[in-house]
Amino acid sequence: MAWFDRLRQGLGKTRDLLTTDVRDLGRAWEMEWDDLEFALIGADTGAKIAAEIVAEAKRERERGTSFRESLEKALLDQLEPNRMRQKLRRVGFNLDVSRNLVEVKGKVVMVVGVNGVGKTTTIAKLGQYYTERGQRVMFAAGDTFRAAATAQLEVWGGRLGIPTVSGPDGSDPGAVAFDAAHARRARGLDLLFVDTAGRLHTKHNLMEELKKVKRVITKADPDEPREVWLVLDAVTGQNGLAQAKKFHEAVGVTGVVVTKLDGTAKGGILLPIVRELELPIKFIGVGEKAEDLQPYDAAAYVRALLDMPETAAA
Amino acid sequence: MFESLGDRLQGVFDSLRGRGRLTEVEVKAALREVRVALLEADVNLEVARDFTKRVQEKAIGSDTLMSLQPDQRVIAIVHDELVELLGGKAAQPNLKNEANVWMLLGLQGAGKTTTAGKLAYKYKSQGRRPLLIAADTQRPAAREQLRVLGRQIGVPVLEVEDGETPERTKARLGEYLRANYRDLVIVDTAGRLQIDEALMDAVADLKEALGPNETMLVIDAMTGQQSLPVAQAFDARVGISGLIMTKLDGDARGGAALSAKHVTGKPIYFAGMSEKIDGLEPFHPDRVAGRILGMGDVLTLIEKAKVLEGDDEDGPASLKDFTLQDMLTQMRKIKRMGSFTDILKMVPGASKMMPPGTEIDEGEIGRIEAIISSMTDKERRQPKLLNASRRKRIAAGSGTSVQDVNRLMKNYEQMKKLMKQFGRRPPRNLPGGRGLGR
Repeated sequence: MAWFDRLRQGLGKTRDLLTTDVRDLGRAWEMEWDDLEFALIGADTGAKIAAEIVAEAKRERERGTSFRESLEKALLDQLEPNRMRQKLRRVGFNLDVSRNLVEVKGKVVMVVGVNGVGKTTTIAKLGQYYTERGQRVMFAAGDTFRAAATAQLEVWGGRLGIPTVSGPDGSDPGAVAFDAAHARRARGLDLLFVDTAGRLHTKHNLMEELKKVKRVITKADPDEPREVWLVLDAVTGQNGLAQAKKFHEAVGVTGVVVTKLDGTAKGGILLPIVRELELPIKFIGVGEKAEDLQPYDAAAYVRALLDMPETAAA
Repeated sequence: MFESLGDRLQGVFDSLRGRGRLTEVEVKAALREVRVALLEADVNLEVARDFTKRVQEKAIGSDTLMSLQPDQRVIAIVHDELVELLGGKAAQPNLKNEANVWMLLGLQGAGKTTTAGKLAYKYKSQGRRPLLIAADTQRPAAREQLRVLGRQIGVPVLEVEDGETPERTKARLGEYLRANYRDLVIVDTAGRLQIDEALMDAVADLKEALGPNETMLVIDAMTGQQSLPVAQAFDARVGISGLIMTKLDGDARGGAALSAKHVTGKPIYFAGMSEKIDGLEPFHPDRVAGRILGMGDVLTLIEKAKVLEGDDEDGPASLKDFTLQDMLTQMRKIKRMGSFTDILKMVPGASKMMPPGTEIDEGEIGRIEAIISSMTDKERRQPKLLNASRRKRIAAGSGTSVQDVNRLMKNYEQMKKLMKQFGRRPPRNLPGGRGLGR
């Protein structure tokens, strides 16, 4: 398995990189193109995107850019949802101004995703993030299906001092969302995060239910929800694209939150999602604590992607 | 579940099909496609490469290429290797007469708690006396989730308290078991990352203290390339004896199953097939391999049909006398076998005939049922009676529209015609069958 050893060597160099001076990068680190492609596939980018990145990086490399920089550029290019900005980036503009606050359009954010990606935990973290930034936040415990999901969000709401609207387990999630949207409006709070039950995107009826929850929110509060965020687990493989597509079709996703980037998972599935659906990434979750939910910054993500320590097997 | 991988591979093999002979180059090209298909199905790189290498060796090394139907031989080799990769024979966890302790491990969100509930339900309905242990002290309300599940299925739940040592848990369990007879203890642990040293140590300590006879790793079918390092780390640090795949009812291609199985060498015991409490099925590698290759899953279909056997109501007196009542009976029977979409997936070749993303409206079946139920017995036997006013009444009675009724009648006429044709053809081994008297 010569190729594998080469790959491991290449990744070994990635590790060394952490201790190398930034200015030496170009000289210190170079990888076979084939190995790079394998490494990208190993990060769940999918075979197609991996080939595109390699092609782009190659082009850049031939212009004399250092290997590392070529790769970073190619990755950033793929991670730009906006075609116009992508063009600007190609001609050399640097668009990565670190934002202090992730702006939310409107007042109501619906949070959707498949089972077990961490929707409820993410909502709790989002609650803390916006509360700390002076917003008055409210939760709607719309996951009435999973046993004790409502309790889970209520515990978080209690800890963070965020009012939580909930209904009994097994009740209509639409009713909870409606009450919450009403309550937010009546109390004039700044933000409402609506939790939903995890559902596989292939379940027709459950996706219809999700559409209904969205319609019901609009009924209680016209023009809302302006935001629908899809929560995606970083360990998800190529199925993540199918998830994003189906949820986007059903409720019009406006942003993606990636959770569990704290392991060795690299969340490479983000690339095809950004590429094909042109959806922006809003936050990334890099740890279990509330402050571990960070605003997404493409450049930082790419750097982390390249520098993340590898387990021996990957 | 594995459909997309199946379609991909099918395409590769269709290009091989019907060739008189294959060259080595052609086989290699096809296997390259197989590898890309496997990678797209989230099979780990290393595993995919290994797999195609083994198939190639077998295909080229033997006299396959010179045989009568080389494409069929290659497909057979791929099938056998897939079965091998998925674990050969179906395996079930080791269940002693009493004092079974099973532990569930996994990443956050893999579905451990839900699976624990499903396992308890499954074995309870087989006459076991399970006890659930809620050892997830990390996630808020995780213990409550299990408590609610336990209440729903009537299984007691022992909750581990915050900061409890494994020794204390063991003592409390012993105390409980002395007072109550339980023969299967299922331990739900907190989700943890495989690189989280402290938590991995903690779960290893808990395993040490409880001494489970089965330690199962729960893996989400949607997992990508990470499935391999995850399975590897859990096996190395804690030691696992089997795997459970969850969320296989989505459209995930399930490559994670192949990778995890390959790296640990441990069998896949169960597959989670729905959100419902009874949605846990034994994992059959050979059947799944057949499904991947689009060969259908006739065995599961037969098994499902068998369950319904013995409650056969009177069928149509003959195929010629196919009435609406018969149509309703047939439909109800099929419905009891599961959703139409699921059944179709098990029929050989059907997955290829359906365009991708086809969804059968399960509600349609309910409507048909409602319409026929709204007819009188006489109408069901003599559909000719159905004039406009009767159709209007039936539509109102079944909550549908006259158009729906008309559509049903049209379908029925077509089916009847088809049945007549079948009836005309004399059954081969039945001399004097009614088909002869035409």
